[in-house]
Amino acid sequence: MALQLQQISFEYGPTNGFAVRDVSVVIERGSLTGLLGPNGCGKTTVLKLMAGVLRPERGTIAFDGRALADIPRRELARHIASVPQETHPAFDYSVLEMVLMGRHPHLGTFALEGPGDLAIAYDALAGTGTAHLAGRTYMSLSGGEKQRVVIASALAQQPDVLLLDEPTASLDLAYQLEVAALLARLNRERGVTIVVATHDLNLAASICRTLVLVRGGRVLAQGATDAVLTGDTIRQLYDVDADVRFHDRSGHLTVVPIGRIR
Amino acid sequence: MRATSSSVVAPVGSTLRPIRQRLLLTLLGYGTLALAACLLAPLVGSTRISLARAFDRSIPFADNVDAQIFFLARMPRVLAGAIVGAALAAAGVVLQALLRNPLATPFTLGVSAGSALGAMLAISAGAAVAFGPLSPVPLASLVGAFVAAAIVYALATRPGRPMSTAVLLLAGVTLNSFFSALILFVQYMADFAEAYRTVRWLMGDLDVGGFAPIAGVLPLLLVACAAFAVLPSSLNLLSVGADVAATRGVDVARTQRLAFLSAALATSAAVALAGPIGFVGIVVPHLVRLMTGVDHRVALPASALFGAAFLVACDLVARTVLAPVEVPVGVVTAMIGGPFFLWLLVRKA
Repeated sequence: MALQLQQISFEYGPTNGFAVRDVSVVIERGSLTGLLGPNGCGKTTVLKLMAGVLRPERGTIAFDGRALADIPRRELARHIASVPQETHPAFDYSVLEMVLMGRHPHLGTFALEGPGDLAIAYDALAGTGTAHLAGRTYMSLSGGEKQRVVIASALAQQPDVLLLDEPTASLDLAYQLEVAALLARLNRERGVTIVVATHDLNLAASICRTLVLVRGGRVLAQGATDAVLTGDTIRQLYDVDADVRFHDRSGHLTVVPIGRIR
Repeated sequence: MRATSSSVVAPVGSTLRPIRQRLLLTLLGYGTLALAACLLAPLVGSTRISLARAFDRSIPFADNVDAQIFFLARMPRVLAGAIVGAALAAAGVVLQALLRNPLATPFTLGVSAGSALGAMLAISAGAAVAFGPLSPVPLASLVGAFVAAAIVYALATRPGRPMSTAVLLLAGVTLNSFFSALILFVQYMADFAEAYRTVRWLMGDLDVGGFAPIAGVLPLLLVACAAFAVLPSSLNLLSVGADVAATRGVDVARTQRLAFLSAALATSAAVALAGPIGFVGIVVPHLVRLMTGVDHRVALPASALFGAAFLVACDLVARTVLAPVEVPVGVVTAMIGGPFFLWLLVRKA
């Protein structure tokens, strides 16, 4: 397995209570896992714990059997990459510069990127369909383009595991499908293990083979998408009544929300 | 596809060139500029001298008036300008990345106000404690700067966690106002001669009188420089976002501390040497970014070199524009920097 979280608890401050409580999750190598749950349920916190940005107060997280806390940050960044919900650089870097920053964990303090790094960056740009943007500035891009460039930057890290926090939240329908297809392709063709936190149940149903459902900082259910994504679990997760059916034309489960349960 | 022409400007196009080549060209270009400023500025003054004669080794130094004026009378001031300009510009670049705020300056963090308060106290107390090449006023200003930096640092850091840049900024601004009030009080209590000296100090003055004061602050600047040398690639990521930096392998807390402490050190050394000369730390980084692009591995050394040339040029204007009366160099940098700062604000909006 790639990532194993065992009985993880985390709180943001002594007075804030636990954001995540007794969470145990296993992410298999090569899997594409969806992390579902209502706002504030701890999805982002779980992703940050997996990335090693936050350290759990209790429990252990292991990557390939090694405790995350024992892996130096730079080495960890060569294995696990993250794509935050939104990225706002303070300065207007070019797209190529943004993507080349993904090479940071592979370079020494004074090392400058060489032709090899440049080739990897262009490969990442090509893989996300953003090669034509290389000479643009990041801030001049549209939301969908920005998201794909940040994904390219994470790919330039050549990670085994890619963690994404609501990568489609601010995108229109076409870009949502595009990013979804991109993730599925990266997982299939490059063998990248992917964990994606999302509110888009249909996106999760279309690309994720396994799901982890989180509510109130605890894991409600986890397992194969077909087994976990039911009207019952959606009711428990969101207090929403929904129809979950297999959709013939798309070839995956679809979720149609009916209404809120009081 | 949307129109791309407006966003593809020269520095962005040049970022497609390999970093090695960009860095080399930048160091060469800006290095030449800084060197030229340091060699040409001493030639200008009340007595005309020739560069060739000043460097003519066939004339003994004791008989070479041009060389004496060049090296002894004018070079310390030019060198002080170069060092202070480089330190303030570099500190500006580092703090703007650390605070993720392009409008931050080396004086945002209260270091300069602490430094000024120290100097004010030393001037009005007529203190006479000298430490090596440091006379009482610069020494007190260093102590003031360190105290201010220590307060801000203690407020903004928590063990094992990233620094709070919001606390850093607010604590710095608050401390600035607080120390400024104390400075006014010290000036109010001082007699006329002291009050004039304090006001003159606050305007900034590069006329350091010799090489000794420069040698006094040089060790501090060298330490800051060593830190600046390891920071740039981490600053790139830090300016994109603390979490992003962490997931790219940057030790965020360590980088932030190093950035803060080195910038504070460079600022306190510069202010101790020449008083608080404003606007260098914001005008220079922005001008340089427009020319070199925003990558800190290029922009940081380029800003230091350009800052050196910029302040030497400003000081040249300061001592010649109304000659024989000298305009305080801080007034010259403010005249250029104030409108430039406002232009930046408007341009951003």
